[in-house]
Amino acid sequence: MVPLSYYLVLSGILFACGVIGFLIKRNIITIFMSIELMLNGVNLSFVAFAAQWYSLSGHVFVFFVMVVAAAEAAVGLAIIIAVYRTRETLNVDQVNLLKL
Amino acid sequence: MTPNPYLWILPILPLAGAAINGFFGRQSSKKAITTVALIFSGAAFAMALFLAAGFSAASAPYYYDLAHWIRSGSFQVDFSFYLDQLSLVMLLVVTGVGFLIHIYSVGYMADDDGYYRFMSYLNLFMFFMLTLVLAKNYLVMFIGWEGVGLASYLLIGFWFTKDSAASAGKKAFIVNRIGDFGFLIALFLMINHFGSLDFTRVFDAVRLLPVETAGAGTLTAIGLLLMVGAAGKSAQIPLYVWLPDAMEGPTPVSALIHAATMVTAGVYMVARSSAIFDRAPMALTVVAIIGTLTALFAATIGIAQTDIKKVLAYSTVSQLGYMFMACGVGAFSAGIFHLMTHAFFKGLLFLAAGSVIHGVGGEQDMRKMGGLRTYMPWTFATMGVATLAIAGIPPLAGFWSKDEILWQAYNSSWVYWLIGVITAFITSFYMFRLMYMTFGGEYRGAAVQAAHGHDDHAHGDYHGEPHESPWVMLGPLVVLAILSVVGGFVGYGNRFEHFLAPVFQGASAVAPESSPETAKSTLEYLLMAVSISVAGLGWFLAYLLYSRRPQLPASIAASLGSLYTAVLHKYYIDELYAALFVKPLIEGSTTILWHGIDQDVIDATVNNSAAAAREISDNARHMQSGNLRSYAAWVAAGGAIVIAYMVWMGVR
Repeated sequence: MVPLSYYLVLSGILFACGVIGFLIKRNIITIFMSIELMLNGVNLSFVAFAAQWYSLSGHVFVFFVMVVAAAEAAVGLAIIIAVYRTRETLNVDQVNLLKL
Repeated sequence: MTPNPYLWILPILPLAGAAINGFFGRQSSKKAITTVALIFSGAAFAMALFLAAGFSAASAPYYYDLAHWIRSGSFQVDFSFYLDQLSLVMLLVVTGVGFLIHIYSVGYMADDDGYYRFMSYLNLFMFFMLTLVLAKNYLVMFIGWEGVGLASYLLIGFWFTKDSAASAGKKAFIVNRIGDFGFLIALFLMINHFGSLDFTRVFDAVRLLPVETAGAGTLTAIGLLLMVGAAGKSAQIPLYVWLPDAMEGPTPVSALIHAATMVTAGVYMVARSSAIFDRAPMALTVVAIIGTLTALFAATIGIAQTDIKKVLAYSTVSQLGYMFMACGVGAFSAGIFHLMTHAFFKGLLFLAAGSVIHGVGGEQDMRKMGGLRTYMPWTFATMGVATLAIAGIPPLAGFWSKDEILWQAYNSSWVYWLIGVITAFITSFYMFRLMYMTFGGEYRGAAVQAAHGHDDHAHGDYHGEPHESPWVMLGPLVVLAILSVVGGFVGYGNRFEHFLAPVFQGASAVAPESSPETAKSTLEYLLMAVSISVAGLGWFLAYLLYSRRPQLPASIAASLGSLYTAVLHKYYIDELYAALFVKPLIEGSTTILWHGIDQDVIDATVNNSAAAAREISDNARHMQSGNLRSYAAWVAAGGAIVIAYMVWMGVR
């Protein structure tokens, strides 16, 4: 049996990768994928805890997160396509019309 | 007391006229405005006559409680009206003289653009004056008191595009505020001590108190404060300075408000409060002294004035002083008697002066008049009657009332009498001087005055030569002249005094009014002879100086030197007040209140807090860079801080 701490460390590493990718990447698709990475890092910790404590609620949470992530992907990709059509770029540093 | 449910209609009538002309006058024709103004003021006069017809010395006063107003515990003030013999005299004077002056104004103001405004203001004034006169308690009286002040302000500043008129209006209003301040404090004292402002209740309570012979006390304080109010409204020392300036208003206004009615409100108020003054002899003495000094002081200023209206203005101040002198020696009915006759002849003098000004095209300087008796005989005749009346030549109205006052003053102290007689001499002198300068000799004005130099009365139909006024103006003159002749006979055999006796029944305690008829005969006729002879002397002197030897006044003035200059400049009182009160006030307001408090404290607080908010925001806005990744960094940093905090809490 793999101890709980292993799962949690992996979960933390996944989440940190997501955060770093979110912060340093300029391509909006990559940023989007980093968000998925963070979500899945969290999902991993949920299922790990659920297995540890024999509780179903952790699994249920994961399903919810996956549903929301799917919805978010649909909306987010649509926005990205709309942005690309108008701005002809995926670099977020150039998508700054709201800047003062 | 008898309730009379129609009493409240009396003041409402002119208010209705004022409202109709004020709201719709701009669109109405001149004829319609005239009709409205005259109908409503005339109806008030008719109603006053109707009330007077059923009234005698024995009649119980009418009253009517129109509506509740203030009900606070045991303290009550209602909109209630009251008519006794004293109010009735005032009522007849106000509506009667007021109606005549309304008629006169139709002619005098005919060519003015603000005709509807003028008529509306005149009606408004009558409403407030009737409220003042018919009030049953001091608070309703105070409404009228303030209201006539407002009407006075509006009418003095009637030609508000002229700077001097606008500032004269303000001066009148502000000086009156000083007096009203005293009046108000007197009212507060009454509420505090008697719990009521109702005339009957206050006076009943006062009559139970002992006479304050030892000097200061509550009643003395109330009396003195009431006198402060009266001094403001009735232009007595030291608050008389507004009245001469008030001559900037149209002449009918000077006649109605600043001679016949409003300025006598102070006398009326003192007479109305006779029960209070009766118990406060010291306050009464102050009233007498102020009145006597004012009478003499203003008369001496009147000698040197060259503006025809200014002479009359100072004469009014002086005659008001007479009335206060009468009240001060306890002869309230004599004061009211003089108030009535004065309303006749001084109203007439002003209206005649207005007719003169009208006839010579707006000129007010008497040095540019002269010889007008051939051009305007009716004005000359009526004004002559009024001059004889004010000078105290028997048997005209002024003689009876003035003689009554002098007799009562003599009974109190010969000093009052002496000053009164000297004043009578000066009065006679300056009035006949006015007559000789205006109507005697040759016409000194320029034959054609294309540009009106001192243009008080801008009217278009100036023909280049003095002319008589239209009949709509002369009619009131004639009526007032008749009244000035016969008005004094109501006082014959003390009938006037007996008529007012129910009102002043308490006042006889101080005044030796009820002196037996026999004792008074010899002495009174002697005093009468003295006052007639000084009046004649004044006339003779004026004749000598201004008709026989017209070059003499200038040389006398030159030999008097600085004294003459002082009189000419009204004893520099205006300059003194300016230096003592006005300048420090303006300086203090500018440096302390404006620059100090308003700019440095209030404005600075607001401006600095706004600047601080701007400064902070200016720094904080850099957070909102518009760069998506920097927002992400802020979110991550925030999350990191939260996690760090929770970890730290867990570890601790």
